[in-house]
Formats: sequence, C-alpha cells, structure tokens
Amino acid sequence: MTGPPRGTAARTEQRLRAVGLVALAAVALAIPFFFGSFRVGQFTQAIALAVAVLGLNLLVGYSGQISLGHGAFFALGSYVSAILIVRADVPYLLTLPIAGAACFAAGLLFGLPALRLRGLYLALVTLGLAIATPQLIKRFDGLTGGTQGLSVPRPAAPAWSGLADDQFLYLLTLAGAVVMFALAVGLVRGSVGRALIVVRDNEIAAKTMGVNLATVKTRAFAVSSMYAGVGGALYMLPIGFVAPESFPLALSFGFLAAIVVGGLATIGGAVFGALFIEFVPVYASDVDEALAGVIYGTVLIAFMYALPDGVMGLARRLWARRPAAAPPSREQDAAEDGDADGLSRGGARSEDVVQGIPGGSSR
Amino acid sequence: MRLRQVRWLAIVAAFALLVAACGRSEDDQGAGGGGGGGAAADPGITDKEIKLGGSYPFSGPASAYRLIADGAQVYFRYLNDKGGVNGRKINFRTLDDGYEPPRAVQNARRLIEQEKVFALFNTLGTPNNLAIWDYVNQQKVPHVFVATGASDWGRDIAKHPWTIGWQPNYVTEAKVYADYLKQEKPSAKVAVLYQNDGFGKDLLGGFEDAVEGSGVKVVAKESYEVTDPTVASQVKKLASSGADTFLNITTPKFSAQAIATIAKSDWEPLHILNNVGASKTLVLTPAGLSNAKGIVSTAYFKDPEDPQWASDEAMQEYKTALRKYKPRADPNEPFYVYGWAAATTMAEALKQMKQPTRQALMDAVRGLNLDIPILLPGNRVQTGSGDGYPIEAMQIERFDGKTWKLQGDLIRAAAD
Repeated sequence: MTGPPRGTAARTEQRLRAVGLVALAAVALAIPFFFGSFRVGQFTQAIALAVAVLGLNLLVGYSGQISLGHGAFFALGSYVSAILIVRADVPYLLTLPIAGAACFAAGLLFGLPALRLRGLYLALVTLGLAIATPQLIKRFDGLTGGTQGLSVPRPAAPAWSGLADDQFLYLLTLAGAVVMFALAVGLVRGSVGRALIVVRDNEIAAKTMGVNLATVKTRAFAVSSMYAGVGGALYMLPIGFVAPESFPLALSFGFLAAIVVGGLATIGGAVFGALFIEFVPVYASDVDEALAGVIYGTVLIAFMYALPDGVMGLARRLWARRPAAAPPSREQDAAEDGDADGLSRGGARSEDVVQGIPGGSSR
Repeated sequence: MRLRQVRWLAIVAAFALLVAACGRSEDDQGAGGGGGGGAAADPGITDKEIKLGGSYPFSGPASAYRLIADGAQVYFRYLNDKGGVNGRKINFRTLDDGYEPPRAVQNARRLIEQEKVFALFNTLGTPNNLAIWDYVNQQKVPHVFVATGASDWGRDIAKHPWTIGWQPNYVTEAKVYADYLKQEKPSAKVAVLYQNDGFGKDLLGGFEDAVEGSGVKVVAKESYEVTDPTVASQVKKLASSGADTFLNITTPKFSAQAIATIAKSDWEPLHILNNVGASKTLVLTPAGLSNAKGIVSTAYFKDPEDPQWASDEAMQEYKTALRKYKPRADPNEPFYVYGWAAATTMAEALKQMKQPTRQALMDAVRGLNLDIPILLPGNRVQTGSGDGYPIEAMQIERFDGKTWKLQGDLIRAAAD
C-alpha cells in the first residue's frame, strides 16, 4: 500500500479495497430507507461508535499505546456538544469540531504521561480515568445536570429533504463519520502513519530515523482522543440525552473489544467492531435478560478463537486463499500481511505489549 | 478482470436486496397484527389486544423493584384469563434498564418505535422517567401511572399532557412526615440521608418546605449516588451530628444498609424511613428485624402481612392470583401489591376509554374517580384536568419488630 506496487498481489489488494468501499457505501446509504426508525437509530449509534473505535485503533493498533479510558474522551465530547447546545444555543453542527478540539486538547494533556508510561502502566492510568469519569460528571452537576443528565433537542430533518428525522440523523452521522474516516486514511498512509508504526514496532529504530518519539506519541494520543470526542458528540446528538451512566467502564472496554474484533491496525475494522458492540449486547439480552453479560462475553471469546486477527484479518485471509489466484505459499501470505500498513496478527501484537512492560523506559 | 468486477457488483446488489428484504419484514411486523381495529385506532391496539410497554430495573442496584413489574404482569394475566378489557387482552412488554436513564431512553424508543406499544405504563424510576419525559410527549404516546412519586408529573400538565404519576408524590409524603413530627416531636432535630437525584431532592425539598417556621429543624444532610457501594460513611457522619431524628430517603438496598449501620452505632434516633424503602422482606429482614423496631413510615395500600386484612376480599383475590400465576413468589412482598394495584388502575382507565385511541386513553386517565379496593380504606384514585396526582392520601405506620402497624388516620396532603 504505502510502498510501490509490487505486481498482482498489491493490485488485487487495491481492487479488494475499492470494491469493499463501494459495497460498504451502497449498504450504508440503503440502510435508512429499508429499516424501521428504531433499527436506523441503532445503526446511527454504531456509526458514531465506529468513529471512536477508529480513534482508539489509531492509538493502539498503529502507535502501540494502550488506553482503557477512551470512554472518558467519548464522554467529554458528548458533554461538550450537549452543554454548548443546551446552555449556549450553539448550532449543533458547530459543536462537533469544538468537541473534537476540546478532546484533542485533553488528549494532548493526557498524552504527556503516556511518554513516561507504557504497556500495563499506561493501561492502568487510563483505566483510572475511565473509572473517575461518571463520578466527575456528577460532581459538576451545575454544568452537566448531574445524575439527572441533560436532555438535548434532537436535530430535526430540514423540510426540503423529505427525510424522516431518524433518516436525517443517520445520514448526518454517516457524513461526519466519512469525513473522519477519510482523514484517518490520509493520516495513516502519510508520513505520520509510517512514523506511528515504526514507533510501535521499534522505538530505537524510530529514533535513529529521526522520528521525535515524544511528539509522535503525544500527538497520537491527542488525535485518538479527538476521534473519541467527535464520536461521542455524534453519538449524543441522535439520542438527545446524556447522563453519567451513558459512559460506564464497560464502554471503554467495549471500544477495546471492538478494535480487536474489527482487526487491529485497520481502518475498516472499526466499522465491524462498532457493529459488534452495538448489536451483540442487544441480541444477548433478547435471548435472556439475566444472562446477557455471559452471552456477550461468550460470543466475544468465541469470536477471538475463530477470528484471532479480526474481521479484516479474515477478509484478507479469504482474499489470499481465493481460488482464482495461484495457491499462495505461506511465505507469500506472511509477506502480504507484513506489507499491509504494517498489519500484524493478534499474536504478534500481544507479544509486543508483553515485551513493552519489562523494557519500560521508566526503568 | 471485468468479469470479476461484474461478479462483485452482483454480490453488492444481492446484499442490498437482502437488506431490503429484512427491512420490509420488520416493518410488516410493526404495522401488522391490526386485525381490523377501528379506522381511527392508534398503534398497539386492536379488537383483540392492547400492547403496553414498561422499562424497569431487572438488574443493577435498584433491581428489587422488578417485583413491581411482576405484580403488574400477574394482574394482567389474571385479567386476561377473565376476558381482558372489553374483550381486549393486555400484552405488557417490559425491558430492563438497570435503573440507568440512558438505557431507559433506549427502551422507550424501542417500545414505541419498534414494538409499537399503545402506551407506556408504570415505567419505574424518577431519573429514568425524567429522561424519557420530553421524548414520549413529543411522540404523543401515553406515559401513564409512572412508578415514581416525583411531584413533577402532576405539576407540569400543560407542557407534558401525556404523562401522569400514580402513587402519592414525594412532596405529599414529606408533608405527612412533617405533620407527624410537628405533633409527636415538635422540637425534633432531623438528620437527612437522601439519594442525590430527582427522587431524593423532591422528598427532601418537600420536607424542608413543610417544616419551615416550625420547631422541627433539619440539622444535617448527607447524599449518596445510586451507584455508590454503601452509605455507611454518610450514616456515621449523620450519627455524630447531634440529631435525634433520622429521615431516611433511600431506595431499598441503601435503606437496609442505613438501618444496619445505625444498629451498630450508639445513635438511637427516631427513624423515619420513606415509603419506597419500607419493604419488610427486602429491607427490614436483611437489616435485622430487631434493628428495625420502632421505624416509622407511610402506607397507602394494604400490607399483605397485616392480619387485619387476612379476610379482606381484595387481598384474598390478590393472593389467590399470585399463587396461581407466580407460585414461587412471596405474596407478603408489598411490591407485588404495588404492581397489582397500579395494573388495576390501568385496566380501569382502559375500560373507560371511549375510543381505541391514545388521546381517548388520556381523556379517561385525566377524569378518574376510582375505588381500587387493595388501597387503604378511603383511599381513592382521583384525577381531574387540573389535578395530575392520582393518589394523595397516606397513613403513618410503625414497625413493631414483627409487622407494620397502621397509626392514626389516613392523611390527605395535596402537593401544590
């Protein structure tokens, strides 16, 4: 992808992407016109979640830092947008970039400790952030509405569009997500993406190549937080309500589950991951309300056994084994994997994480 | 190569069709089932069925309240077997919100937009109902007999005509406690523990207003969040405040914790426990019945354990039905009676509806004057175009170490 085309393997991979994108766009545009309003609302939420999941994947998958606290930035984005709309009458579209900017700033601040901490240590610090978030929101109840939450007027469809409100909100969220995904693709394909990957894979090598580790890491954290914030604002708008309980610890873990389900260090994986965390819990509680958590967990474990490298990994493997092409040898397969934006398999990634602990720079 | 692209296009098209097919069938489900209701019929009602929806905490810190949903469900099944309401069977669909407002919002949308219920009935929790309040009123869906005593439901009829409460509101309850203290302990120094949300603040505010200018003084206040693991530290702080009266504004889990914490301390206040925490099986028994001796609370329906109702007709009807439809349930649990009584009210309102429309239901709900026999004698469900508080009378009760004993007379205290 980033390298020069190397014959058919790269070309077919490109074609796979193009076709996948067209298919995705067709399905995405069809959804609001074929489903009932509640189902459309669920898809709208999944898209908003996908933006946040993408942000976390930029951080974890590409830069190799771990965050268990992205629910906090998601919450911050939601509340910035909600408070601006309710208390200051700011037009809702304008609140999206503001929420993104606020979270970028917060992420930059929070990214500073990320310079000194890595692996499990960073995970713990961000975990603390996620745990504190609902309590913090409750303490500032003058601004946030406390436990009671904030009711935010839902954007209405403009009359000329002829759309129902839920369809309009879906398309609005989709448009926001497309912008964010396009930005991410640009980011990952450019020099920033290469810098991120080399920092993840080998910090010493990165240094010798002139990459400024501190800048890259903090910016990665900030950009990732910005995605979570925009996702949070997009999530809040169609629901028209935020409360501290909207952002439990499980949300942050859900994001992490989503990037693994979708595929680490992939852009498209965020969509599948978000669909997973939006829909599987709902169906789980339809099967049995009392056992919902157990079912969700079991499905997640089964998923990891069946698809250790996520949905995108499966797509790649299927493509590599397609009958039309010459049967690929194992080496070729591995080479393709390594090539694709430095995509590593689930196993390789966890190895990195483990290695990161004893070798932490704080020692 | 070209062939491959065509194949992909075909796959995309097929997928889109599949999506379309799914969508259609779902819409059919929603709109269907209308087996020939009147031309003006609203969603969720046919000649044979009325579909109601409710959101309850089946999980989480307030899951004790799920028994209310069960009590209502038992009444509807009992009623359906007797023929339903004017030939219509009631189908009561409940969803779990874990006492979390965001999930209540999701549930309300799902019940209204996907399940196409005729009305939301008895959804539980003050913060949860406040969260869906604006939405259901925009949708013009009846949001009736909500299981919360917040005074908001009756105060704002003009802006929220589709919402109405049921139980005596917290301001009324607070007035009853204030009157009791003014009579029994006119110079009481009161320490208050309250849940930091709409429910707790409503009752606390009502109490503070009602004791203003009297000898009864609030000397200490502590709050807790419904997500807190325990209220022990708050209760200890209150115990050291020098107060001689404890007003306990809590939901069941925390009511029990507060009783147990006080028992372990050397504080011996007059303990007033709000109605929502006054369940013997869920609160007093776990906290220790001997620890609960002397606690004062309020009641507005008959306590299934009180021997004076043993041969009461309404009580026997309830107990027989509960034994038949939910054999493993403990009929002495008052939350079942609550659900049963609220469901009885709902059935009466549906019976009085002149047309099968949501508007007609609200017209009926706004003009009720019902004798619900499982309420305390003399207590009625009364509403009017300007009166949005269905039940407004309560009676003081005191726990004697074994059962609740009613004290004095039914006290009527309207909120304003």
